[in-house]
Amino acid sequence: MMRTSRPPSTPPAGMLAPSTESSRTSPRPVDEQLFHQSTLTAARWTKVIGLLLITAIVSAFVCLQFGAAYIGLPQIFHVLFQGVAGSGELDTTATILLHVRLPRVFLGFLIGCCLASVGVALQALLRNPLADPYLLGVSSGAALGVSVAVLAGVGTTMLAASVLPICGFLGSLAALLVIYRLAASYDRLPVHSLLLAGVILNAIFSALIMFVTSIMDPNRSFGMMIWLMGSLTAPTYLGLLVFSLYLVVGLTLLLRQVRVLNIMAFGEESARSLGIDTERTKKYIFLVSALMTGAVVSVSGMIGFIGMVVPHAVRLIFGADHRLLLPAAALVGGAFLMIADTFARTFVSPSELPVGIMTALAGGPFFIYLLVWRKDQMS
Amino acid sequence: MTMVTQDRSQSAYDVQGLNFRYGTGSSSDKAPWVLQGINFCVQPGEMLGIVGPNGSGKTSLLKLLAKVTALQHGSIALFGKPLSHLRQEVVARSVAFVPQDTYQAFPFSVAETVLMGRFPHRHRKIWDLGFGWDTSEDRAIAQRAMMTMDVWHIAGRSVTGLSGGERQRVVIARALAQNPEILLLDEPTAFLDLQHHIEICSVLHRLKLERQLTIVVVSHDLNLASEYCDRVLLLDQGRVFRLGSPEDVIQPEILRTVYRCHVLVDKHPMSGLPRVTLPSRNHQSGGP
Repeated sequence: MMRTSRPPSTPPAGMLAPSTESSRTSPRPVDEQLFHQSTLTAARWTKVIGLLLITAIVSAFVCLQFGAAYIGLPQIFHVLFQGVAGSGELDTTATILLHVRLPRVFLGFLIGCCLASVGVALQALLRNPLADPYLLGVSSGAALGVSVAVLAGVGTTMLAASVLPICGFLGSLAALLVIYRLAASYDRLPVHSLLLAGVILNAIFSALIMFVTSIMDPNRSFGMMIWLMGSLTAPTYLGLLVFSLYLVVGLTLLLRQVRVLNIMAFGEESARSLGIDTERTKKYIFLVSALMTGAVVSVSGMIGFIGMVVPHAVRLIFGADHRLLLPAAALVGGAFLMIADTFARTFVSPSELPVGIMTALAGGPFFIYLLVWRKDQMS
Repeated sequence: MTMVTQDRSQSAYDVQGLNFRYGTGSSSDKAPWVLQGINFCVQPGEMLGIVGPNGSGKTSLLKLLAKVTALQHGSIALFGKPLSHLRQEVVARSVAFVPQDTYQAFPFSVAETVLMGRFPHRHRKIWDLGFGWDTSEDRAIAQRAMMTMDVWHIAGRSVTGLSGGERQRVVIARALAQNPEILLLDEPTAFLDLQHHIEICSVLHRLKLERQLTIVVVSHDLNLASEYCDRVLLLDQGRVFRLGSPEDVIQPEILRTVYRCHVLVDKHPMSGLPRVTLPSRNHQSGGP
């Protein structure tokens, strides 16, 4: 009954759409089913997020199994239960699982979450599906900040865990300021200008990073190179806690703006006419993005492409509404990096690859595909 | 919820001594004035057309009315209240603005886009983060707006796949979902074919009559302004050249002075309102 009440798809014959005439005399009931199909509802949100949460947990358990040595699921559950209960001596397997694999899998998840959600936020703000903290040079800005701090002698103490993200934050903020100035001088920043800006920022920051690395103690500079390529190491639980604070704060601040991001994607004039203080919103989003990128880079170096590939894929599947896109991309990004890191750990076992290589190998071709075959998205 | 209370005795807009130029800060001194010494009122329920040559400041004026651009000199009062003192959100509950650039990079559905018009009317709750799920009232208003703009049958389609005309109608539907008292449109018929051109114009006309909507429309189309607007504001080089009824403004001598070319003005055979015709190619230099 509801279905047939919709106006015919053929153009109305008269000058006035006939549907409106009738809706004036007798208000039509809301076609809830059609809204359910064509917009995001709270019910669908819960369903999708629940599904992705389960997927993330399942992939975490899969990732826990693999490493230099295989650990079966029953054993994992046994050790986890033991660890929670806090009873008994830890054998080698339990130590590996609880102090190496589990924190690393957690860290991978958190970093993937951060990168994907920063990607979503920057894309909405710059109205551009190719924005990514790595491609825009925001990550290398953070990397410069961190490497300068390391050169200045900030060591690997507990203090470092809280100082390095700040240095990273300052570096990524510098990069974002340049992009902000650039975006402000155009109404809508053309995609090529944006990418070009990213290339140039990356070149400048890389040069400075190389300078810093070359005057560094050679013993430390190798570790620096591995870190720069983007790699995860098992953190302490305290370090993990500090990092997850950055994620929780950053993600909460971004989630508060999801509806605003929806509207910002239509351009600043539209957004202002809908009552949004666009200047404040831009500064807010840029600050939060810089904070999250800074924290990520200080822990894991420059892991690229997650911020572009994951939001893109999630958007294709679940639609563009940021209320769903942002948390969904965060969960998918987390799962994606956990899996990529598991490959990086096991591919050349017992040695391992920087995970940045894995994500670049997966993301680079995807980027070229977008650039060559999806030109419609670029104009 | 604060609203600009509509007082019918007040002008919808009262613009006094408006000057405007682009560029801010110290370097702006050299920028030329885009608008200079603009004074006019918009009465509630009227449809005002802003016309003028390219670069005469039409769009800048509209953006100032929408508070999309910040006021520099002079004053704009919205129903008697200074626009510069009203918060952006309060303005958005009374004034809807349809920009010319309706580009969208992301695949939002038509229904999602129209529902965004409900944003200024959202109820803030601290516990729902920024989510603000649409209420059934929001959906009812959005559905009505989509039906008015004849985009209801494409409610599920992505805005990225729409033609320019369809997207224009979707954005007007979003503006209507704002439940505004004033509708500001920048070249609403620019991308439309004849059928939709006529349809948009008559929908605007009907909204004016039925909902007493105040409409300010910027257009290049003098015939649209003549046929549908109660009054026409003709801008020339950032100044009001003439403001009055279509018959007063759309006259051959006035248009010749402002547009610097000869056009033919006669009466529309159906409405009797002035109609502008471009000269035929044989008379381009001389004129009748």
